[in-house]
Amino acid sequence: MASKSIKIRAKLKNGTTTIKALITHPMESGRRKNKETKELIPAEFIQEVACVYKGETLLNVDCGAGLSMDPYVSFDFEGGAKGDQVKLSWVDNLGNSDSAETKIR
Amino acid sequence: MGALYPIAAISFLAPSVALSSGWPKEAFQATELSDAMQLLLGETSPTEQADRIRVEAPDLADDGAMVRVKVMTDLPDIDSLTIFSPKNPVPLIANFKFTSKVKGVIGTRIKMAATGDIVAVVKSGGKFYSGRKRVKVTLGGCA
Repeated sequence: MASKSIKIRAKLKNGTTTIKALITHPMESGRRKNKETKELIPAEFIQEVACVYKGETLLNVDCGAGLSMDPYVSFDFEGGAKGDQVKLSWVDNLGNSDSAETKIR
Repeated sequence: MGALYPIAAISFLAPSVALSSGWPKEAFQATELSDAMQLLLGETSPTEQADRIRVEAPDLADDGAMVRVKVMTDLPDIDSLTIFSPKNPVPLIANFKFTSKVKGVIGTRIKMAATGDIVAVVKSGGKFYSGRKRVKVTLGGCA
């Protein structure tokens, strides 16, 4: 499933699947000022990330603008099999969202 | 008159699509570590457990806008793993809510406003434990 903002890899090794996801997103806190106009850049940051495996939630993340621009998240879980689907989604404070699926390799 | 607009825009934070039970807004507005911990976890004094929770991050970060951090713990039965940067305007960075299959390893990248600790709080078996790592920050990230 093609995603505009999410790159995700799922790799199985010795019974553990490692998920690595990179999300394109500005993660603006709303506290930064535009250097030229001196105006505040509006807040635009991911608030929730969810990872689902075989229809069940694996991990939910509540986050804020303290995560770096273009958030990177990596975690491991027990199990998984080659070919299984893993899905990652995010929602931001403006109501924008995206999701991506990948197969475990 | 124009100065009122940004305040109104910032207060309108509720997402129209929620993935889970609700974003902990007050915790993400707290400006002090203890308030953030209290609001998010209901706990202000986790047990320091440096031997069971390892926070890996550079000793020196050139760019506070992107500090790589990896938290590793062998504590069992993890409900959540929370990352804080107490020196940031908003100390709460992210709360990772685990299910039983997830192992005690989380990697991510965070903003750090100034030299200080990265604090990881793990809820294991219903109790709270913490580990920390001091990072020297050359150029503070606008957090």
